[in-house]
Amino acid sequence: MSEQYTVIGTRPPRVDAPAKVTGQAVFATDVVLPGMLHGKILRSPHAHARIRRLDTRRAEALPGVRAVVTAQDLPAARDITRRLGEGAINFKFMCDNTLASDKVLYVGHAVAAVAADEPHIAEQALDLIEVEYEPLPAVVDILQAIAAEAPLLHPTLHTRSLAGVSERPSNLAAHYQAIKGNPAQGFAQADVIVEREFRTQTVHQGYLEPHASVAFWGPDGIITIYTCTQGAFAVRDAVAELLQYPQAKIVVIPTEVGGAFGGKNTSYFDVVAALLSRQAGRPVRIVMSRAEVLQATGPSSGTVIRVKVGATCDGRLTAAQAELYYEAGAYPGSPVGSGMHVMFAPYDIPNGQLDGYDVLVNKPRISSYRAPGATPACFAAEAVMDELAEKLGLDPLEFRLRNCAREGTRNIDGSTHGHIGARQVIEAAQKHPHYTTPLEGANRGRGVAIGYWGNWGSISSCTIGVNADGTVNLLLGSVDVSGTRTSLAMQAAEVLGLPLDKVHPTVGNTAQVGYTEVSAGSRTTFATGQAVIRAAQAVIEQMRARAADLWNVPVEEVDFERGVFYTGHDDRQTMSFADLAAQLNQTGGPITGVGNLDAQNWGAGFGLHIADVEVDPETGQVNILRYTAIQDVGRAIHPTEVEGQIQGGAVQGIGWALWEGYRYDANGQMLNPTLLDYKMPTALDLPPIEAVLVQETYPHHPFGLRGVGETPIVPPPGALANAIYRATGARMSELPMTPEYILRQMKVL
Amino acid sequence: MNPFEYQTPTTLEQATALLARPGAYPLAGGTDLLVKMRYRRLTPTCLVDLKHIPALTRIVVDENGLLLGAAVTCADLVAHPDVRQTYPGLIDAIAIIGGTAIQNRATVGGNLCNAAPSADSAPALIVHNAQAVIAGPHGERTLAVSDFCVAPGQTALAPGELLVAIRVPPPPPRSSAAYLRFTPRHEMDIAVAGAAAWLTLTEKGTIADARIALGAVAPTPLPVTEAAQALIGRQPEETAFATAAHLAQEAARPIDDVRGSAAQRRHLIGVLVRRTLRIALERAQSAM
Amino acid sequence: MEKHKVRATINGRQTEFLCYPHQSLLECLRDILGLTGAKEGCNDGNCGACSVLLDGRLVNSCLVLGVEVDGHSVTTIEGLADWRGLHPLQEAFIREDALQCGYCTPGMLMAAKALLDRTPNPNEQEIRTWLAGNLCRCTGYDKIVRAVHAAAAQMQEENNL
Repeated sequence: MSEQYTVIGTRPPRVDAPAKVTGQAVFATDVVLPGMLHGKILRSPHAHARIRRLDTRRAEALPGVRAVVTAQDLPAARDITRRLGEGAINFKFMCDNTLASDKVLYVGHAVAAVAADEPHIAEQALDLIEVEYEPLPAVVDILQAIAAEAPLLHPTLHTRSLAGVSERPSNLAAHYQAIKGNPAQGFAQADVIVEREFRTQTVHQGYLEPHASVAFWGPDGIITIYTCTQGAFAVRDAVAELLQYPQAKIVVIPTEVGGAFGGKNTSYFDVVAALLSRQAGRPVRIVMSRAEVLQATGPSSGTVIRVKVGATCDGRLTAAQAELYYEAGAYPGSPVGSGMHVMFAPYDIPNGQLDGYDVLVNKPRISSYRAPGATPACFAAEAVMDELAEKLGLDPLEFRLRNCAREGTRNIDGSTHGHIGARQVIEAAQKHPHYTTPLEGANRGRGVAIGYWGNWGSISSCTIGVNADGTVNLLLGSVDVSGTRTSLAMQAAEVLGLPLDKVHPTVGNTAQVGYTEVSAGSRTTFATGQAVIRAAQAVIEQMRARAADLWNVPVEEVDFERGVFYTGHDDRQTMSFADLAAQLNQTGGPITGVGNLDAQNWGAGFGLHIADVEVDPETGQVNILRYTAIQDVGRAIHPTEVEGQIQGGAVQGIGWALWEGYRYDANGQMLNPTLLDYKMPTALDLPPIEAVLVQETYPHHPFGLRGVGETPIVPPPGALANAIYRATGARMSELPMTPEYILRQMKVL
Repeated sequence: MNPFEYQTPTTLEQATALLARPGAYPLAGGTDLLVKMRYRRLTPTCLVDLKHIPALTRIVVDENGLLLGAAVTCADLVAHPDVRQTYPGLIDAIAIIGGTAIQNRATVGGNLCNAAPSADSAPALIVHNAQAVIAGPHGERTLAVSDFCVAPGQTALAPGELLVAIRVPPPPPRSSAAYLRFTPRHEMDIAVAGAAAWLTLTEKGTIADARIALGAVAPTPLPVTEAAQALIGRQPEETAFATAAHLAQEAARPIDDVRGSAAQRRHLIGVLVRRTLRIALERAQSAM
Repeated sequence: MEKHKVRATINGRQTEFLCYPHQSLLECLRDILGLTGAKEGCNDGNCGACSVLLDGRLVNSCLVLGVEVDGHSVTTIEGLADWRGLHPLQEAFIREDALQCGYCTPGMLMAAKALLDRTPNPNEQEIRTWLAGNLCRCTGYDKIVRAVHAAAAQMQEENNL
């Protein structure tokens, strides 16, 4: 497949690797500006409370303190909702989340901020801020939050549903529903029905780099912000809206990002740093501690999911039904809709019903986490499908193949599949040595799960400038959170017929390049890739015109192939890209190519994971013996980077499955806000992860690629639950599947 | 972290004098202390760095047993060939305190003085009949390690006193020990439950002496004498081990907390006691 | 509150700096000495992003005070290589794509160096055990383990030449 390409499909070193292996790459906390102050944020110790009094005077008086801000320093926010980052944001809520005004809604809710000469002075200043809270009852359990007498987080918030708006206010922000066919009839036709309830804990994206920003509100009115973000424009627009300030006068410079996975799509304190800077007249840097990251940034929804699936005895699904309750946190907007969309997406099911509930609880407002909403839904669905297949006496992969979704299959939520690779990943799994090699030994089991993520297209912008020596500069609107500056440069190099080292990619800031959506949703290589292709094609078009001038022929007669301009009819009329580039300034001036688009027709991704485990029957500890992740990726632009995405996503899913979860007490205090007790997998907890790329050209991208980054986090909990069942005889219905939980399900405890 | 003064005494006398002042705290590896200070669970006004006092970093293995300075790092102890040979049960415990980087700073003495109910060093030291050597304004004294931790985070040290060394007697013939703990991940975790077991065998192979101590299932590391006594005189086989394990479970007083439930901990004690007894037996038999 | 003068050898150079006792080695490296390669991930010894070598041994610089390194030697990622070329570990990390965001990378490299200094030919279990204190959230560790193997092999070969 890659014989036709020179650069696409190869495995060059990452452009950013040398800076990262030498410690020279600049992350937001590495940024130092002259006169920079250190900012810190005061946060609520209560999960739910009214703020009766807030007095910052003693903090202001402390020597070394240069600025103090509270919600009073923010303009009143407009009650509007706009798409920002990956979801819809209501700016009144965002403002309130930035600095609480009359109520705090979760432990860690920001209340005030200071900037001081040194970090320890800022810490002392926080101690001097006097806050009088009136604690209110808190609710941190999803089902309790929507029970009749639950304390309300927002007394004016009513439930939205197909029936309209509820009469009484509620912590249930929304009820979504989708129905296909006739579910009652479908279940009546089933010979076997499995019905189960699942519960998953809140988990965090777990990026190693805490949020950090350096802001400078200059005397010229330009606000410059260095920040770690997935989208410089998302930050800029959030700050512009919160400050009611012109977008052009806010310059957001994205730094290298130390992991994001959806958690850096939004802005937490960029505007606070800017306000402190305005007051102090100096740059201000704010960095979160790990405890702040875990307690005050958006984790992913905890869930309760009830599933019922029916099939005939020859293994054909007849109906599926699910109720999905997802935590939104302190403000509405959980990814329950995505959960509904992906839940049964790998299957062709004639009848179904999905009910999704967006629930407020006294926890931080959730943020996206790699395939937001999908992992818990897939866990529930795949555990039930596994049980169904077993009851039918069918091999798990054979069962999935028999009911597999194809192009044109309609999902329960009404969406229709385009060109997909569900069948291909199942077939690849059936043939893979992992699946064909029997698993022997006591207390061992093998499980599979198939997962889906829709991916994304959307808006991207880039520019290519041609240099006289034949090198080009590629200015990207997309922040690089996964290796895209390299894979995008590869796409430009392929179109321009240049070797990769002649294309130099740079991630631009908001003053340099056109509006670009966040690097999220597995969109960047797909959508910004097309912008890059357009920009490269624009460069070629303009250079063809120059060649035509030089050769005195009509431009239609100038062709371009593999880096060479030529006409068909004269051997002397041929010139390399570099030779033509050398003459640009003498033939009319510089050439830049611009690529802007709103990418459509993105391709979804299916992943099928196979897990072999051994479970210690006395302790419940799980040892993963072997793990294989198979995924349809379209064409892999950079196969090594794609493998890395699959391995990394799979490991996050494994952590979600076995160890990670927020624990709260009844008052809404998080009990494990450290990396000691919020347990992410270490190198010693994992086996090698084999990533298998199923490559079939996706028809709606010039290079045939699909987004790849998110799908791999979706199947692991399902695969591991099914493996643990086979190792222990106990079905799993909670995440994380800790040793204690496993012993309980085994009835040992 | 709240600001503090920093001192570097080079003798024990200097150290104890500094530690007698209110707000003074000893600093060895710092891997527990600095974390507590960052989370403001402790706010010393003066840290007294012990690492410049030669007596505190010695390891001596001879016919008197093992003399271990309180500020010896876990890594140094674990690497010592004589300790590895003679006290494998101690190595079990010390080698799993944190990961590589923690091992290079954390000290055995520090782990003991931190007095966490889950401290890995303590159950192992207890079954080895280790003694704590303490220096203070009124001179030196020794105390059994089993009496050293008095409450979570609290030791038997009086104001101005300092743990200077740990003394472990030489093992009699046909003896050995083992320590195991349970953690959800394979490393980097605090023990959910821990158990140490010691066996001395007669020439015929029956159990002449036994000691068992538990971690993370009581406010302090817990010697369980009844369980150990039940082994004495018996053949070292599964039924005897099961009895001891059962008695150990009954003696344990675990609580529910974020790291584990009481039920899980009690269950694990049974498992860990059986497993450590098996390892101790194997080691004792190969020492025959 | 007074600052202490610290004299230490940092990446082979005699260095002097002033710091408060409460400032960790990590803060001193980053905020005083301008060596920002070591990163803060948790500030309590649980992630390894701050790993450096102290007298050749791997430590979490967030759990060492700046004042404690007086008279000692510290090696950071910036000291792993010089203008003549990258260390085989750095080359292997690039070749094997053992990094994505790069935040854990300096600490991971220092940990890997400490391992190979001590065990020139580690097997997979030894590598994973040694690196258990260095969290990575992007790669799943797979390519990191491969890179350490590859670097070990390369260094053995270079030593045999």
